Amino acid sequence: MENEFLIQTEDLVKIYPMGDHSLVALDHVNLTFKKGEFAGLVGPSGSGKTTLLNIVGSLDTPTEGSALVLGEKVEHLSHKKSAELRNKHIGFIFQTFNLLPVYTVYENVEFPLLLLHMSPADRQKLVMDALEWVGLADRAKSKPSQLSGGQSQRVAIARAIVKKPEIVLADEPTANLDAENSHHILQTMERLNRTLQTTFVFSTHDQKVIQYLRRKITLLDGKVDKDELIDTKRN
Amino acid sequence: MLVPRLAMRNLLGAGLRTWLNVVVLSIAYVTIIWTQGFNIGMYQQISRSQIDAEYGGGQYWNENYDPYDPFALQEAHGVIPSTLQKWVRDRKATPLLITQGTIYPNGRIRTILLKGIDPEQKVLTIPSHFLTGESAMVPALIGNRMAKSTGLRIGDSVTLRWRDRDGTFDARDVEIVQIMRTSVQSIDNNQIWIPLETLQGMTQMEGEATLVVIDQQIGLKEKIEGWSFQSQDVLLKDIRDMMKARTISRGILYVILLFLAMLAIFNTQILSIFRRRKEMGTLMALGLTRAKLILLFTLEGAMHGLLAAIISAVYGIPLLTYFTFKGWPLPQSMDQYGIAIGDKLFPEYSAALIVGTTAVILLVTTVVSYLPSRRIAKLKPTDALRGKMT
Repeated sequence: MENEFLIQTEDLVKIYPMGDHSLVALDHVNLTFKKGEFAGLVGPSGSGKTTLLNIVGSLDTPTEGSALVLGEKVEHLSHKKSAELRNKHIGFIFQTFNLLPVYTVYENVEFPLLLLHMSPADRQKLVMDALEWVGLADRAKSKPSQLSGGQSQRVAIARAIVKKPEIVLADEPTANLDAENSHHILQTMERLNRTLQTTFVFSTHDQKVIQYLRRKITLLDGKVDKDELIDTKRN
Repeated sequence: MLVPRLAMRNLLGAGLRTWLNVVVLSIAYVTIIWTQGFNIGMYQQISRSQIDAEYGGGQYWNENYDPYDPFALQEAHGVIPSTLQKWVRDRKATPLLITQGTIYPNGRIRTILLKGIDPEQKVLTIPSHFLTGESAMVPALIGNRMAKSTGLRIGDSVTLRWRDRDGTFDARDVEIVQIMRTSVQSIDNNQIWIPLETLQGMTQMEGEATLVVIDQQIGLKEKIEGWSFQSQDVLLKDIRDMMKARTISRGILYVILLFLAMLAIFNTQILSIFRRRKEMGTLMALGLTRAKLILLFTLEGAMHGLLAAIISAVYGIPLLTYFTFKGWPLPQSMDQYGIAIGDKLFPEYSAALIVGTTAVILLVTTVVSYLPSRRIAKLKPTDALRGKMT
């Protein structure tokens, strides 16, 4: 790729119409993310963290400005192309895990690979590898309803990284977890980030997450308030 | 094959909800085939009985003959044309002479149709050979309904009065030599069958007939002056019309059954799309396109039809096969409906009926599954992930 940045936003604006008035969720946001970053969007509720994550993940489009993700301008992508971008290059981790309830752990993790039309043998290897990374290989046949919150989020991480995407977007990944599970999850993601050089972008206001970040971007009222590199203990 | 596999996985994963819909749909499916089979079987059974006992391969009617006008019978006869005589000699056609008469069973007067038939004929299944016996009285054959309504039994004699071709009244005693069991009421009710030559002699109509029934194996449609050919199709028209009326009334039942089953699926789909918004959002985030998502949900609904067909086959095939061979016993009251149907009704299930019904069920299921799934096309992934409907 010619561009050294995996993600680059230029004057990104997102406005939600709210009846008679409108809500500015993002106000001329300019940000870049390089390969292998472990960055977090921090800020209070309504500051635009999730909106930015959604636009970068091509789940949403900006009202103005541009979001260049892996060389593709998300605002110009068709539904099919954005689905392809998400499928091939972006992994998502959600606050509420969003596991598919009727599938087993194995099938949940396998799902993105099915969309990539991989052979069964390749799929099996990658799924088992991903489950090994998150320490859940022995729960492959369990259903999501049989897992704890921490285990569910680890399955979600395995699902996000199984296809070895360039970018993982995690929206409040620890919000529904206790402290112990949160640390476990974050350590797992940090390990994956170092091993696979996957770029992780979080949206969070959880201090437990913030202490793991190597870059903290503070959003306030849709604007970038601070963008700072952090020298964590673990670094 | 990915989407069908996912659809089947989701469908089976939904558990009881799926099976309830499948069972309802399967009941509708089997009921439709079952009742359609009875309809077809009834039509075939009635047609066969009528053809075997009365219509044969078609009939040549004297030009004055009108089965709905008994007063026309006096003039509705003529010498059997030479073309038909050849077939009669070869036993490929049989002439019938019909006139009006009156009998006095147990002192009561009763107007009847007096029919003359060749005792040697093989064209119709009427047991006319019973009319060959020697007797001082005229041998007569009646049907079971006629026997019941008049109280006549085998060996009984009854006075018969008729008019010859000049209108002169005459009377003789006839002896009941046989009571035939028949499902065809139009050869039974208020009818007495006697040997053709005897009736021709009694009415001074030697060599004449009212109509000539052609054997089923003969494709005779020749135009004969003074006689009109009535094909099997024409003769069966009333039955066909009656069955058509039945088909319409049954059609309403099918629509209601199908509607109920489809309503269940439609509701499930609506509920499913409403409840699974978050799942849809997740699937989109994982890279499933909207088109594939619509296809997935449509297929999930449509597969109810497929599962219903499989479940129906499991219990439907043995059930329908049983009735095909054993028949469905009919109540005595069916005999009063005026249709030639026996004690049992044997349904007939054609491949076209089964394939056609399956196709209709699958098509309708797919349509009712697609209609609510179209909403997904408007769904924004971000709204879906938040559990909102766009």
